[in-house]
Amino acid sequence: MNNPGYTLTKDNNGTSMLRFLAGELKPKGKFFTPFNIISLPIMLLGLILIIIRFWKGLGAVTNLTQDVPWGLWIGFDVVTGVAFAGGAYVLTFMVYILNMQKYHSIVRITVLNGFLAYVFYAGALLLDLGRPWNVINPIIGNSFGTSSVLFLVAWHFLLYMIAQLIEFSPAIAEWLGAKRARKILSGMTVAAVIFGITLSTLHQSGLGALYLMAKDKIHPLWYSEFIPVMFFVSSIFAGLSMVIFEGSISNKVFSDQISEYNHKSHNGIIIGLSKICAVAMFAYFFLQVLVFVHGKRWDLLGTPMGYWYLMEMIGFILLPMILFIYSYRHKNITMVKVAAVLTMLGVILNRLNVTVIGFRWDAAIRYIPTWMELVVTLAVIFTEIWIFRWVVNRMPVLRDSPSWVKEKK
Amino acid sequence: MAINRKDFIKVLGVTGVTLALGKEAKAVPKNDESIEFHGILYDSTRCAGCQTCESACAEANGLPAPSATIEAGIIRKTDESHRTVVNAFTTSNGEAYLKKQCMHCNEPACTAACLTQAMYKTKEGAVIWRGNKCMGCRYCMVSCPFDIPKFEYFSSNPKIEKCNMCYSRLGEGKIPSCVENCPAEALMYGPRRDLISEARKRIIENPGQYIDHIYGEHEAGGTGFLYLSAVPFEELGLNTSIQKASYPALSKGFLYSVPTIFVLWPAILLGMREATKNNHLKSEENE
Repeated sequence: MNNPGYTLTKDNNGTSMLRFLAGELKPKGKFFTPFNIISLPIMLLGLILIIIRFWKGLGAVTNLTQDVPWGLWIGFDVVTGVAFAGGAYVLTFMVYILNMQKYHSIVRITVLNGFLAYVFYAGALLLDLGRPWNVINPIIGNSFGTSSVLFLVAWHFLLYMIAQLIEFSPAIAEWLGAKRARKILSGMTVAAVIFGITLSTLHQSGLGALYLMAKDKIHPLWYSEFIPVMFFVSSIFAGLSMVIFEGSISNKVFSDQISEYNHKSHNGIIIGLSKICAVAMFAYFFLQVLVFVHGKRWDLLGTPMGYWYLMEMIGFILLPMILFIYSYRHKNITMVKVAAVLTMLGVILNRLNVTVIGFRWDAAIRYIPTWMELVVTLAVIFTEIWIFRWVVNRMPVLRDSPSWVKEKK
Repeated sequence: MAINRKDFIKVLGVTGVTLALGKEAKAVPKNDESIEFHGILYDSTRCAGCQTCESACAEANGLPAPSATIEAGIIRKTDESHRTVVNAFTTSNGEAYLKKQCMHCNEPACTAACLTQAMYKTKEGAVIWRGNKCMGCRYCMVSCPFDIPKFEYFSSNPKIEKCNMCYSRLGEGKIPSCVENCPAEALMYGPRRDLISEARKRIIENPGQYIDHIYGEHEAGGTGFLYLSAVPFEELGLNTSIQKASYPALSKGFLYSVPTIFVLWPAILLGMREATKNNHLKSEENE
């Protein structure tokens, strides 16, 4: 409550808005931190590569082939990134629908994280489009390809970004000191949340449904008609693991912004989330076993891809699930973090197995991403973190809202 | 609050109706009663592997002339500058040839995948690509079970290349270039129904010359391009394990669930919110 950002907002009533914004644009704190020194060159290199990509074509930067038209930028940036952004819909469900007020203090940072993830990963989608100037066609109706799962996903990305922006907008209003706007915007939260959860259900599963028609191309251990359900259920624990992971980093990096009360309650939140993760992972594991047994896929287990599948199922689903249960029982925070990281690795592995590794697993020439695709991916992630940090340092995301918010209540 | 909820429900209704109607429209066959799907019948027993179709295709579509010659055992693929290729195979019945190009499915995966209808099944049966709509997402390539759409990876204004059954020539009343120029009369253009009867006739009238299978009659839900052969089709490099149902049917279940979820979810969520409204009072007491 007694931080400089708040006094700035309080002084800012109308007239000095431009000067206020100009002041807020300046970087805060030390510039030459280890993170900045590592991320800046990568972001610059990524920018150069993006220019080359639009100038010379996708082939100049990526290793994509006629057989494997979707690579790292779709399989990791979009499909995996959106799964990790699932924390926003799960947490808003818990707080605004189930009224679990315990988790209220981390809703804003999770929604911000989710919103930026969508903006940047949908942005990464633009890099992958061969003819990006036509990207508005499905929006403006040239033409509506309503039988396409991608049509649904594209619309949902757009609508969900708007819903998330509405969910987050009270924080922006508080930052700008716009009291009336804040009142109107926070009145829209519940509608945005309900709309957002519905959209998330459909496009988290929709990302899996994209691959339904690639029946002959995906390894049978990863293809089933239940991919959409799998993607939806796994987005629950993918998102929550990301919340745990990001929360434990934010708690250190932005420690000075978090009130003592929220600092204290954070461990309780993490333990609570570990329980939810464990339940969701159990459901997911059970579904995977059902699909495996029903598909009569025993003979595939003895192949290299079978070992790879077992590693994913046992090492990155079953093991972190047990760790989550253990840490919940013993209130072990470190173990929750270990389990969250393992789960995240498992989700990355699963999404890449469907989209890249298991896709055309039998092709003569395997797709292996170039270093340039990796650099661009890292550049996208770093840029997102920069914006994230900029917002957290200025708006009441982690810190408490200015006092006028509570006075009104 | 009341206004917001009203607006929200309005948006919900419009979206739900759009999604629901969109699919209904798709389920109705597009062709007028007067026009039926046309296709091409390819008789591999007549094909001499002369590659005239390849050069005719390149000429008609402004693509570079094919240079490589046919050699048994070497599989050439269609790519962004070759819409059709003929390959040679050593089969149980000696050397045989097989032409590859777009299959012009009755219910194509690529057009169901396309979110802008840039890939489009015309009422005449040809599957065409429309550049003014395409955003280059390459979902058609991911979905096509025959790996037909090809992308120009080394262009800043890339196109999707695939056989379009010489759609512009059809508009001028001509027939596809490959069919017109085939010296061996291995290719035949016409209404798909007539092509299937013709293929059946050839199988029945020439016992022993053909296997009793028209590739494309049922494969992938039926295709506009049909194959006849003297040997099983897998010997000619065709995928015979391909499903008989159409590929868009695979994602139909998911798409049908969308309107249901769009109507049920918000109602259920609102109900849950109302039911748990007083929970926070309890939890605050506990803390």
